[in-house]
Amino acid sequence: MAQPSAQTVYAPWEDPDETPLIRFRNVTKRFGDFTAIDDLSLDIYEREFFALLGPSGCGKTTMMRMLAGFEAPTEGSIMLAGQNIAPIPPNKRAVNMMFQSYALFPHLSVWDNIAFGLRRENQPKDKIAARVEEMLRLTRLEKFARRKPHQISGGQRQRVALARSLAKAPKLLLLDEPLGALDKKLRQDTQFELMDIQENTGTTFVIVTHDQEEAMTVASRVAVMDEGRLIQVSTPDVLYENPVSVYVADFIGEVNIIEGRATPMPDAGEGRVDIDWAEGQPRLKGTTARAFDKGQNVHFAIRPEKITISAERPEDAANAVKGEVLDIAYLGNISTYHVKLPTGHVIKAQTANTRRIARRSFTWEDEVWLSWTATAGILLES
Amino acid sequence: MRRFALIAVPYLWLLALFLVPFVIVLKISLSDIAIAIPPYTPTLDPSEGWAGLRDFFGGLDFENYWFLTTDDLYWKAYLSSLRIALISTVITLLVGYPIAYGMARAAPEWRPTLLMLVILPFWTSFLIRVYSWIGILSNEGFLNQFLMWTGLISDPLTILNTNAAVYVGIVYTYLPFMILPIYSNLEKMDDSLLEAAEDLGCSRISAFWLVTVPLSKTGIIAGCFLVFIPAIGEFVIPSLLGGSETLMIGKILWEEFFNNRDWPVASAVAIVLLLILIVPIVLFQRNEQKQREAEG
Repeated sequence: MAQPSAQTVYAPWEDPDETPLIRFRNVTKRFGDFTAIDDLSLDIYEREFFALLGPSGCGKTTMMRMLAGFEAPTEGSIMLAGQNIAPIPPNKRAVNMMFQSYALFPHLSVWDNIAFGLRRENQPKDKIAARVEEMLRLTRLEKFARRKPHQISGGQRQRVALARSLAKAPKLLLLDEPLGALDKKLRQDTQFELMDIQENTGTTFVIVTHDQEEAMTVASRVAVMDEGRLIQVSTPDVLYENPVSVYVADFIGEVNIIEGRATPMPDAGEGRVDIDWAEGQPRLKGTTARAFDKGQNVHFAIRPEKITISAERPEDAANAVKGEVLDIAYLGNISTYHVKLPTGHVIKAQTANTRRIARRSFTWEDEVWLSWTATAGILLES
Repeated sequence: MRRFALIAVPYLWLLALFLVPFVIVLKISLSDIAIAIPPYTPTLDPSEGWAGLRDFFGGLDFENYWFLTTDDLYWKAYLSSLRIALISTVITLLVGYPIAYGMARAAPEWRPTLLMLVILPFWTSFLIRVYSWIGILSNEGFLNQFLMWTGLISDPLTILNTNAAVYVGIVYTYLPFMILPIYSNLEKMDDSLLEAAEDLGCSRISAFWLVTVPLSKTGIIAGCFLVFIPAIGEFVIPSLLGGSETLMIGKILWEEFFNNRDWPVASAVAIVLLLILIVPIVLFQRNEQKQREAEG
């Protein structure tokens, strides 16, 4: 989300006076014995680009289908702009959906596909034509208007599907894995295009995806789901820096998890906690906003890019451990080192490759020191 | 050489099974009736050499085709066949489409069973199945007995030996040819297309007319031709179930061949029938090709 200026940061979820566009209230959805959505409550605000993120089978698609009207909640209510939408059939909702398979009508041209929804409203012909042309311009499809869906590329089809679902100017646009069928490069370009279009049209977007990078890139807020429940709903940066559980930390990006026992050290500073994590090793020093009891089990989570790798023990590091380079994953711009500690833990550390590869400082089986500050990692309850 | 051999196989097949019989029938249609074995003249006598060949071709003429225009029986029979075939095709479509639709919407584990049920009648002799309709449709048949038992009618309905019985017979016999192509079209259809149509403001019914029907168009056309083409020349059904009023060209053909023993006129009738059928056959092939292109 681009933000107009520092004063008006777009964050309606922090404003208690703001009324959400969509309210899920204690929604449960069961298919026979299987509970797809389990007592879930969620608010989505107008103009938001909201991502539902989770592994397959977590219930994210069911959420979307309930918004579109293809499924009805077993319990609870869904409000759209203050109106309970349970009794409204899909063809009467101000909600449009972009399908994962795109679901373009193969017997109709690109133009007729986009006009399909408009024609159902019995609008005058010239008005329909104007709107279709506008959509074609928005998605840069003018040249392909007369083609049939099987005569255009996958990326173009994706844009037709988007244009078709936006044509009726819905209050809410649902996108079901919209970029799943595109290759990586095209996907990245399209992500930015989607964000532009969302901003220009001012439509509320809800996107379903299993790709955490995609969710982080496009969304203003991300809901991480698992087994029909919301695990965490927050902005991408909070999700990455302050995950609420090991599940979220592990699902979003790469992370090292070290198990241990907490010893609060209030004398050393606010929120300071030491962690006993292995026999004969110095305690790890961490900080947390949460309260931990002495001896409580904790998971210490730290991102690989927050660990520094060096040949000598750094003088002033709060935490430093020695290990041996087990593996190096060279990714071009960065390298991930897998370092094996004497305790058996394998820690991932990332460094930017600011030098040419021939001048790399470390290689396999080198002895190295890993270090990080007291605030680099976070502590999670077991 | 290998390529030639590959192409030669289907061509030889066509030559042996279509072209040779066609040329024989064409030749007979240009001959004259004779009380002889075979019952037409001229026949080619290779022992007389060139003179024999000249006599043979000299004896051929279009007299029989001219004869077909002099008696209104023939063109009436052609027209009546076309009409009966057309009406039967429409009825078969109306009956077959909902069946195909129901099959395609059934749970996937049921589909093979349903498909089997459609094909099952083919395992019994066609003739026996048509005969059994006599038992159902006759004045003392099961249908009349049942209707009189329920009290809906007091006198038996005369169905057998009317055109109605012919329609029943044709629809029954050719129904699988209508169901199968439509089913194979509908089964391939992506359900999300209907959801997309609903999402864009269609009711269930308009989604059916705007999406399902156009997408099953090639299946509908294929099914219609598969019923219409053989129904025009149908002989067994009208002769077993139809009455004296039922005028169909297949029946005329049979009578010319076996009752009048006029092979040349019968052959001319057959050739004209073939010419009439070429139009729908070409249209059918085009439809098939269009579908292949759409899928490719």
